[in-house]
Amino acid sequence: MNAIIVSTLLGVIMMFVSWGTNNTKLQRNIGLLGMLVLIFANIAQMNGWLSVNFDTKGMLAFNAIGLYVNTILFVITFIYLWINGEEIDKIGSHTADYYAIFFFILCGVSILTSFDNLLMLFIGIEILSIPLYILTGADKKNLFSNEASLKYFLMGSFSTGILLLGIAFIYGATGSFHLNMPILNPATNMPTEHFLLSAGLLLLFVSMNFKVSAAPFHFWTPDVYDGAPTVFTPFMATVVKAAGFVAFIKVFEIQRIALGQNTWTIILPFVILSTLLVGNITAVFQRSVKRMLAYSSIAQAGFMLFALYGNSTFNNEALILYIVAYSLATIGVFAVLIKMKDYSIESFNGLAKQYPALAFLTTLFLFSLAGIPLTAGFFAKYYMLNAIFTAGAGIWLLVLAILFAAVSVYYYFKVVQAMYFVEGTPAIQPIEKSYERKLWVIAIILLVLGVFPSLMFNYLYF
Amino acid sequence: MVLLSILTIPFIAAIILLFVKHNEKANYVAIASSAVTMALAFNIAFNGAANFDADWILSLNARFILTADGLAKILILLTAISFPVIFIATSKNELKNRNQFLALMLFTQTGLLGVFLAGDALLFYFFWELALIPVYFLCSIWGGEKRIAITFKFFIYTFLGSLFMLIGIILVYSNTTDHSFLIASFKNANLTAGQQLAAFALFFTAFAIKMPIFPLHTWQPDAYEQSPTAVTMVLSAVMVKMGLYGVIRWLLPLFPAAAASHANFVIVLSLIGVIYASFIAIRQDDVKRLIAYSSIAHIGLMSAALFTNTSIGMQGVLIQLFSHGINVLGLWIVADIIEQQTGTRSMKALGGLAKKQPTLAILLVGFAFANIALPLTNAFVGEFLIFNAIFQFNPWMGAFAGVSVVLAAIYTLNMVQKIAYGSVSDATNLMQVPNKSAQFVLIVLLGIVFVTGVYPQVLFNITADTLQQLFVK
Repeated sequence: MNAIIVSTLLGVIMMFVSWGTNNTKLQRNIGLLGMLVLIFANIAQMNGWLSVNFDTKGMLAFNAIGLYVNTILFVITFIYLWINGEEIDKIGSHTADYYAIFFFILCGVSILTSFDNLLMLFIGIEILSIPLYILTGADKKNLFSNEASLKYFLMGSFSTGILLLGIAFIYGATGSFHLNMPILNPATNMPTEHFLLSAGLLLLFVSMNFKVSAAPFHFWTPDVYDGAPTVFTPFMATVVKAAGFVAFIKVFEIQRIALGQNTWTIILPFVILSTLLVGNITAVFQRSVKRMLAYSSIAQAGFMLFALYGNSTFNNEALILYIVAYSLATIGVFAVLIKMKDYSIESFNGLAKQYPALAFLTTLFLFSLAGIPLTAGFFAKYYMLNAIFTAGAGIWLLVLAILFAAVSVYYYFKVVQAMYFVEGTPAIQPIEKSYERKLWVIAIILLVLGVFPSLMFNYLYF
Repeated sequence: MVLLSILTIPFIAAIILLFVKHNEKANYVAIASSAVTMALAFNIAFNGAANFDADWILSLNARFILTADGLAKILILLTAISFPVIFIATSKNELKNRNQFLALMLFTQTGLLGVFLAGDALLFYFFWELALIPVYFLCSIWGGEKRIAITFKFFIYTFLGSLFMLIGIILVYSNTTDHSFLIASFKNANLTAGQQLAAFALFFTAFAIKMPIFPLHTWQPDAYEQSPTAVTMVLSAVMVKMGLYGVIRWLLPLFPAAAASHANFVIVLSLIGVIYASFIAIRQDDVKRLIAYSSIAHIGLMSAALFTNTSIGMQGVLIQLFSHGINVLGLWIVADIIEQQTGTRSMKALGGLAKKQPTLAILLVGFAFANIALPLTNAFVGEFLIFNAIFQFNPWMGAFAGVSVVLAAIYTLNMVQKIAYGSVSDATNLMQVPNKSAQFVLIVLLGIVFVTGVYPQVLFNITADTLQQLFVK
């Protein structure tokens, strides 16, 4: 509960910081300090040093994995804010307020990693989403940003409505909001045949797919990611999406029990494969790197959906590793992209000549996204494939998955080719050495995890 | 520890090279480090080396284990000899950012040595990819005109193949009794017939693309032609051996039943490839493409012999792995000297080399004879055993394979005739005496050709234990 309380408090504090000082640098540093406090508060609970708890009547439950995911997402947010701090200042004139919004989003994240009750799921998603609508429209004078924000708001509230309807139906069928609701008929030990339950579960499934931008509910994603200020896109595509997946995995446990093996092993591969198909194939044809990354984030979501396939520790491990690898690499690529004058692939031409280190870093991030060995992305994909195979997926599913992974190599490498093999002058703003050094931190984490992935899980078991 | 140091030396040298901007010094670093690697390789090949074993990924039970048996030894020897030879022979070629080029070459060497030494499937896969990625950059940055598209095709092809292998590894791994990636556990995995077949297909695709076997060979001639010559040498002398190595180390021992039931299919595919590549080689005018197709033909013979599952065939392949590397290296170096000095690779434009540069012509003829596998040359020993094995397996296939000898003689001698004889052409007139170092390595290589041709027992001794393991139960 530490994380929920501290993040809310920090959000409120950040709202009032702009009264005290107009110095954006100071505001930024207070925000970063707040992040450290938040990380520390969560680690304190994780290790049992100090935890504030009150009785939530079983609506929230804090387990080791949930708290660990919290820590990971907070650290990723910290790295994101640390790298992008100056760019965030440039959007509008409300630096402190953006940090307040980030803290409110993180409050939603901590609820989503610990809910034990469908109502808390709803509240968590709302706390997460509403600040996001604001963040998307933060660039008030830019029409695209406004459009994206409105689209996101309309689509998002629509899907929340569906979520609520689903929860209501499930309540109608079982009389409970709790995740351990009585789905199985005690007499037969079979799922209760109930129209309301099936309809409710379907609606829940649909709206969760919407939140993690899985096809065929992905249509908002490219427009929103493309329209939002570039500095905020990686945050939405990583931390927010990861929290969505953690929530999805918890909710999916109900589906697993209620629908039985036969049904979900049909529905889930359909959703996964269509997500991989739409994301990868559409990404191939993009001319704008920003839009390409938006589609690739759909494709990566397809891979992350594989984590739903089983409910063993393998799946949790795989998802955690995937979240870290994908998030850090995405933040890295966007940190380079944001320095570009326009987002076309051509603007990367000849980058390796002018900024060899930066080009190397970008290549490394793209390699990680593509899942090439020696980067964390490879083991993320490996763990995921291993997990679904252990969970009983057919080889055909693995083969299709890697075919799409090969497609993804095609579009990620287009950027690498532009940087290294095409002559030209890159359309890039001057890069400072200190900025590059920050990116090296991400690169080193990716490389270390690319050789020793089990470092990620030591905490869970030892 | 010797095994670990042979891996780390090129890797560290590569990192050092990234900071050595001076061309001459970069050359020295590369040659010195590869010479040390070669000395270590000789030590390993003739004195043996203890396994290196360390924890790697505990949660998956993957180990960092390096072992050197006969198969590994002969390929390490080939790799370690090839790199200094390549560095010396191409040290005078014009290259921008030479230090980066050499660094990437040494990263490739690390990957290759790792592939041949790995005793753990995941580690093997790791190095397998590691050998590929530097080559992608080498070809795309320093290659010919159409380099980007062609290298990308090569990369996607092999990357897809290795992803198939990854699924195969997952499939076998989850059926091992002790959940481990060690070769021994993989051999004892409880696979049903269907699973064995699936895993066989997945592994085979990866290896077949790498070798390459017809009809998966389309990336190869283009890639050889467009790559910078030093990289072409690595690709054709050492890298294609990764596919054959994979078959011997993983495919045949792990899935013996599936391999036996599909032997006919694979051998027929290989032999079609042999004949097909030979016919195309006859029609080539570009020296580089000719050698590329000739290389496909020779590799095809080796893969056919492997699937006969006879000890004689295996022995032939083990020898030929080394010999083919040496021969093709010699041919490439001669071709490279000619191209560097005349600026052309077209055989129409060449001619009269024997009059203008008799030493080089003699060396060319020497390697050409080895390419046809004439007696006294190293290739004769290997190919004789290979034909023997295919003939024992099925006389008709043996006869079919035998045609390739005739075809090899046609295209190789035709090449020699066009380049070395006839009147001195304008292009050949530009030829000067090749530099001493290039001549030196060519003579050394030719020396190896004849020494191992006359006294192949050296190589038999090295590979004896692998043969023992595979065929004496």
